[in-house]
Parts: sequence; C-alpha cells; structure tokens
Amino acid sequence: MWRKRLVAVSAAAIVAALALAGCGSSGKSSSATSTPGAGTTGANLSGTITVLAAASLTGTFNQLGQMFQAAHPGTTIKFSYGGSDTLAAQIVQGAPVDVFAAASPTTMKTVTDAGDNAGTPQNFVKNQLVIAVPPGNPKHLASLKDLTDPKLKVVLCAPTVPCGTAATKAEQAAGLTIKPVSEAPDVKSALTPVELGEADAALVYRTDAKAAAGKVDAVEFPESALAINTYPIVALKGSKNTALANAWVSYIVSPEALAVFTAAGFQAP
Amino acid sequence: MTQPSQQQYRRPPAILLLPAVIGTAYLFFPLVGLVVRSPWGTLWQRLTEPGALTALWLSLITATITTAVCLILGVPVAFVLARTRFFGQRFVRALVTLPLVLPPVVGGVALFTAFGRTGVIGVWLDRWFGIELPFTTTAVVMSQTFVALPFLVIAVEGALRSADTRFEEAAATLGASRWTAFRRITLPLVGPGVAAGSVLCWARALGEFGATITFAGNLPGTTQTMPIAVYITLQNDPDGAILLSLILVAVSILVLVSLRGRWIGTG
Repeated sequence: MWRKRLVAVSAAAIVAALALAGCGSSGKSSSATSTPGAGTTGANLSGTITVLAAASLTGTFNQLGQMFQAAHPGTTIKFSYGGSDTLAAQIVQGAPVDVFAAASPTTMKTVTDAGDNAGTPQNFVKNQLVIAVPPGNPKHLASLKDLTDPKLKVVLCAPTVPCGTAATKAEQAAGLTIKPVSEAPDVKSALTPVELGEADAALVYRTDAKAAAGKVDAVEFPESALAINTYPIVALKGSKNTALANAWVSYIVSPEALAVFTAAGFQAP
Repeated sequence: MTQPSQQQYRRPPAILLLPAVIGTAYLFFPLVGLVVRSPWGTLWQRLTEPGALTALWLSLITATITTAVCLILGVPVAFVLARTRFFGQRFVRALVTLPLVLPPVVGGVALFTAFGRTGVIGVWLDRWFGIELPFTTTAVVMSQTFVALPFLVIAVEGALRSADTRFEEAAATLGASRWTAFRRITLPLVGPGVAAGSVLCWARALGEFGATITFAGNLPGTTQTMPIAVYITLQNDPDGAILLSLILVAVSILVLVSLRGRWIGTG
C-alpha cells in the first residue's frame, strides 16, 4: 500500500520535472533567426535578455525597459541591479547574462580585463554626488564641511563601490575627512537610513536623491564636480541573444534614452 | 547528565543510506570548492591585515554575547511556551518563529522602526536617556539576537516537551519551590537541548548579515563583523572573500569542536 503510494508520488514528480524542463527549452527557441547588426531596426528582435546594471540605474532602466518592450513586442528585458563591483564579479564568475551597465570605468575594467565583453564599452551618462538629507534639511547642512561634525550621523558608500570612490574623491577635493557611522555596500543602502530618518546625511548620486524625492532632499556641493562618475555599457560575450543585447546597448546610447536619463538627473557623457 | 543507554550501532536501511550520502555530499562540495579556490599563498598576509582580525574578533565577541542574551531571554520563553497554557499562546509561538521566515534585511528595517531614533521605542530612549542604538556594537548584538533567538527557543522548547515531568512533580511533592524545581531538576534534564540550542544560536549569530548591515551598518572596528567584511571584500576581491569565509568557518568549527567535549558531552 505504502509502496504503491510512493510510486505514484515519484511518477507525479517526474512528470512535473519534465513539464518544467519543457517550458525552459521552449523559451529560447526564437533567438536563432535574428541577424547580427540588427541594432536599431528591431523588426526581427525577439526573446529575452538579462541586463546587469548598477543600483543607481534602477529607476531609469526600468522605465527604458518598458519603453523598449513597447516598441519591440515579443522582447523581454530582465534586470538585476546591485553594486557595480558585485555585478562585475558575477559576470567574471560566469553568470548567464547579456549586458552590463556599470557605474564606473573601474568596475567595467574588471569585466573587460577578463575578456567577457563583446565590443567596446560605451559611456552613456555621467552622475555626480549630492548630500541627501531628510525632508526640509532639519540640520541645515549646506556644504561638505558641515558633514564633518562628529555629532552628525553620516552614511557613505564603502570605498570599494563607485559611489564610495566618488565620495573619497570629493573629500580629497575639499581637503577634509568625513567619519561615517556606516559604509554602505551600494548607493541605495546608503540612502535607506536617511529615508528612515536614522541618519542625518548620506553622500549619494543626484539621481538617487531625485528618485527618492519627498523622502529626502538633495543639497548640491561644489566639490562634487571633481568626483563625477561615468557610466559605461557593453554587451557580453556569453550572450545567447546578441541581436537583442546589441539593440539594447544601442538604445541606451540613443538620444531618446538620454532624454530619460537627463530627466532623472543624469548628465550627458 | 543523563546519557541514553548504550546505543546500538548497525547498518541503516539501504533506502536511507543513499539520500544520506547525497545530502552530506551536497553540503560538503561547496566547502571543497571554497578550499580549492582559496588563494592560500596570501593567507598570512590576509590574517595580518588589521581589518580581517578586527572583524573576526568582533564577530566572535558579539556572537558570544548574543548567545548569552538569548539564553537569558530564550530559556524562560521556551519554558513558558512548553509548560503553561494561556490565551493567545499559539499567536505568541508564531511570533517567536517569525524571524525565521522574515528576510533578515527586513528584520533590520523592523529593528529601525522599533529601536531607531524615530522608532516606537527608540524615540523615547533618545528623548529620556539620550540613547541612540543604530550603528553601534549594541545594534550588532540586537540584530543577531533578533534572528538567533528563535533557534534557541525552538530547541529548548522541544527538549522541555519531551522531558519527563514526573521528576518535577516528585520534587514539588517533596517541598521544592517552583523555582528550585526548575533550577535543580528541569534545567539539568533539558541541558543537552539547551546546549544544542546555544550552538545553533551562536552559529546563526556568527553568520548573521542582513539585519546587521541594515540596523548596525558597516564600520570597521565597530559594526563590521566577519560576514559583512566578506561581503564588502567580495565586491572587488572574490578570492580574498573566499579566504576570509574559510577563516570564519575554520574558527567556528574549532570553537564548536573544542566545546563539544566538555559541554555537550561526547557526541
């Protein structure tokens, strides 16, 4: 009796596994028809690609992804956001992804040094730092120097991620040192304590402060002009859908995309 | 302590042996991978880097304090859950296990909303005593306690439920107070369960990452525990991160094995 039931259960499990496998293979059947260099025409674009992008691109890439998919029915652009260094490490480790958009040339170099790129990285935007403060700027912070007050709780990005590198550059430009209460692993996690009212200030990208408008205010400071990050994008060698990957890269460097980026607070490269 | 009577060792049924081997191998191979991929040549250099040792030390200290806090708070919780009946008990039991299913990062945000300077309790701590908990070493212990306490409570409650209550009844008949009976009879009876729970609790606290990096942040020397140091290192030096994790694994195995003999009894 018991044995009979076991057999039935295993049979069901095997059927389910086969069904899943079937779904998996049907998904990527259509990519073979695309011609190389079909970057902007898009008539025969289809299938799915995965884009790894710096955390600071979250809002704009989501928006651009929807616009792209609307213009090219049958395509799906999936995103995975994170600290550029983490993403670069994932690519070097062989993550099955198609495009990488980094928040700094240094993190892009990790990928190109490993030979995982297909083509030359193209710069598509620049971003600079602002001081993110709780709404209304309760501590009346006006300059980078104000952040050196030891009574303030300031969050910076860890020096290993691009926004942390930019923060260090800004500090050097201003000739001062900020003692943070925490070094966040990516720019969004640097902003969170300020949004929650648990930190008095964080050095984040202007775009991140803008995306969180209402929850934080942005204070511009002159030294940020000396700590500008350039964002490069490249299609990856491991891509199974190079036509769509190239089309996405072309779209991101297009004037149409730049309009979306500048509206979000980015600058032209 | 009570040892079970001489165990009979014999061959397990074949149908159990295969999954047992697969299960062990599944846990074993990632560890082998780490060992193989580790840049052993840089071991000494890594160990002598100030950051790594500071993080390791902070991890060991905070995980141990967390275990002590969990024992003080968790054993009574387990006792009340196992030996009493009260209205809303099922709700309390579900509440105690909640941190097990809550993503730790959300746990960190939840700790902010409770103990942060704008949190429901934190706002009064700040106003009355000038205490601000986030981004401190205390916050590290609080984050670890939040995620590790359920492990201790569940282990001890299980031990209490399976323990024989006749000894306690006998002690009560002989005039022992409830506290004396708990201290002299119940606690020694569930000793192995408490020890097992403490080990789980310590191990969970040692590996804690999500709640800690959210509520306590990441500052070398103050709140940067080993898992956080590993994560930050991973961003631009994956091999270094692997080596740091192995150091953490090795040290925790060393601690657990050396404790096992004198504390849990021979296993």
